[in-house]
Amino acid sequence: MATLFQAPTAFSASNKFHFLSLSERKRQMFVVRSDARMNHLPTTGVHSSLTQRLLTNAVATKADSPTSSKTGHELLLFEALREGLEEEMERDPRVCVMGEDVGHYGGSYKVTKGLAPKFGDLRVLDTPIAENAFTGMGIGAAMTGLRPIVEGMNMGFLLLAFNQISNNCGMLHYTSGGQFKIPIVIRGPGGVGRQLGAEHSQRLESYFQSIPGIQMVACSTPYNAKGLMKAAIRSENPVILFEHVLLYNLKERIPDEEYVLSLEEAEMVRPGEHVTILTYSRMRYHVMQAAKTLVNKGYDPEVIDIRSLKPFDLYTIGNSVKKTHRVLIVEECMRTGGIGASLTAAITENFNDYLDAPIICLSSQDVPTPYAGTLEEWTVVQPAQIVTAVEQLCQ
Amino acid sequence: MALSRIASSSSPSNLLKPVSLVLSLRRRSVCTSTTTEQPLTIETSVPFTAHNCDAPPRAVDTSAEELASFFRDMALMRRMEIAADSLYKAKLIRGFCHLYDGQEAVAVGMEAAVTRRDCVITAYRDHCTFLARGGTLKEVFAELMGRVDGCSKGKGGSMHFYRKEGGFFGGHGIVGAQVPLGCGLAFAQKYCKDENVTFALYGDGAANQGQLFEALNISALWDLPAILVCENNHYGMGTAEWRAAKNPAYYKRGDYAPGLKVDGMDVLAVKQACKFAKEFALKNGPIILEMDTYRYHGHSMSDPGSTYRTRDEISGVRQERDPIERVRKLLLNHEIATEKELKDIEKEVRKEVDEAIAKAKESQMPKSSDLFTNVYVKGFGVEAFGADRKEVRATLP
Repeated sequence: MATLFQAPTAFSASNKFHFLSLSERKRQMFVVRSDARMNHLPTTGVHSSLTQRLLTNAVATKADSPTSSKTGHELLLFEALREGLEEEMERDPRVCVMGEDVGHYGGSYKVTKGLAPKFGDLRVLDTPIAENAFTGMGIGAAMTGLRPIVEGMNMGFLLLAFNQISNNCGMLHYTSGGQFKIPIVIRGPGGVGRQLGAEHSQRLESYFQSIPGIQMVACSTPYNAKGLMKAAIRSENPVILFEHVLLYNLKERIPDEEYVLSLEEAEMVRPGEHVTILTYSRMRYHVMQAAKTLVNKGYDPEVIDIRSLKPFDLYTIGNSVKKTHRVLIVEECMRTGGIGASLTAAITENFNDYLDAPIICLSSQDVPTPYAGTLEEWTVVQPAQIVTAVEQLCQ
Repeated sequence: MALSRIASSSSPSNLLKPVSLVLSLRRRSVCTSTTTEQPLTIETSVPFTAHNCDAPPRAVDTSAEELASFFRDMALMRRMEIAADSLYKAKLIRGFCHLYDGQEAVAVGMEAAVTRRDCVITAYRDHCTFLARGGTLKEVFAELMGRVDGCSKGKGGSMHFYRKEGGFFGGHGIVGAQVPLGCGLAFAQKYCKDENVTFALYGDGAANQGQLFEALNISALWDLPAILVCENNHYGMGTAEWRAAKNPAYYKRGDYAPGLKVDGMDVLAVKQACKFAKEFALKNGPIILEMDTYRYHGHSMSDPGSTYRTRDEISGVRQERDPIERVRKLLLNHEIATEKELKDIEKEVRKEVDEAIAKAKESQMPKSSDLFTNVYVKGFGVEAFGADRKEVRATLP
């Protein structure tokens, strides 16, 4: 495989672009970083021979598809997650999955389908409905060096395990003075689905974001789903991977070669000049839909999928703000205390001088998600609102 | 390290020689005096009560050395906790301080039955358990006073003692949260085919937590080598057990899981029960041990401990069931040591504790940059840079 990515064009001069060529499959792997630094992967028994130059932020738009149309393979997002999971489980025997119905049933969203027959009952574990306990057990196992992946059938159920996630998962490394690492991955689907009701449409990223010691990432495409899954599993820190119920059936062509993305980096979805739109997860698609309308109207929005919810990639975001001077945040969290609220504060604190207009943050309404379809539509940000907001910003 | 490994001196006459000879908490391989491996068989104070299993025998195999080491270790723990009490009142220790005096037999007896590869996890009354797992007095006092030489570098405090090399996993502030963690440790042991077990300790207050039963259910389903040990000191802070639990027979509350009720003030009974439990759990999955014990202090330093129980009760237990007194009587009755020798040990122990406190006081407070260390493990480049990645906002290890 010669080239894998096409370099994004509109980027600040300080970034370098390189083409990466990979030789064999399972030997080589790389971490894509925005400033072309190489990353040493903290693993045992794995080659991390990164002699090639690294490519900065790959652009995952349809137009600049990472691979030429014939290479790579097409799959759905949940299959991409499964591929990442399977590769990591093959690579490292300490990786195990625990959750409700992940084993024999194959996972309620089929992310773990086929893994139980392949790896056995001790590595793909069906748990009873006891989130507090099995999340705690995952953390306890991680303290000894295992690398468990805890699946919440719906992220909202993990509220029952909040104590374990906050106190034990996030803080143990600190309170033990660095003695124990917690290399756990907590993942599951969240977000507003199709009329699932209030309790099954929660956005937990806003509750977890203050917990010190954890990292949070949100995947949005099959490409970044697989890459982030692998990065999360390899990370020595506890990582919470937010998936979205409505994105599991997205199809994309992803490379055959092994790749791992960086957990702290944002993704430049569409470079532009007029306004920076920051988004993540499902709202990315609403934004891209609005972007089509905006382009027709003559605007040039720069769309960034922030991906890393904790910590924010203020480097990429900052470069974008310095270029466009206008920021619109589109998120699915509620207005109060969501990711958008924190991001607004972070940008205002750090880049206030570069802003020509106040930041607009479009979030979901501060209501429990109603069941009725029309009401549910009004709870979440729709493309039309995004268009209006951009027009307002760019006056 | 004060309580480190093995003593090497060989003093013929005096079994217990002051400074040069250290009777370690790793019992058995102590000094080789003329009273060598003098094996003894002693009966526990009361027979064990069993639920869904056969109780182990009352006769415990031990030795003179072991009893002597029990005495010393428990005396050390007792002295350490009393010293912590004074330090707290002198405002050198702040926040919460939960003292273990009265319950020493549980920590010491458990340690005698297991190896360092078995895991132990407990709640916030962890000073003595930490010591039993190989911690040093200096680390204890430094951590309590918030100094860098503490076991958690001053960032954990009284409720967060950990010792990775000793297989001691803490040290947890939230009641009951350590039990699922403990079952996770057992899961990891089973996963790695270790042939070791995990002791997850909790109190009678935590025995009513749902997560305990959740974790027990999973452990029983997956056959994990988890031993849940309820240190029943009969009071959950200010609430007596009969007011908190409809069924205060905690060893039976596991229902399908077997249980054993043990006199937690008798270090030999504790040792026997833990030994039994280890063999049992490796074969049959989880088991609950209820240690009937008592704490002399209140729940913590801010609790006088006398508003919900009478002083007569406390002094009654101290007179009749005190673990150190029991071992002292055994040592005297079996003529392993004289009154004077035991008093000398206590004096020596007191001196050791005082020296450790003095050393701990000399230790530094953490630097301001330590605020940001150990939040994350340096893995995939988690660095706290300023927004432009040019200036470093925090120094990370």
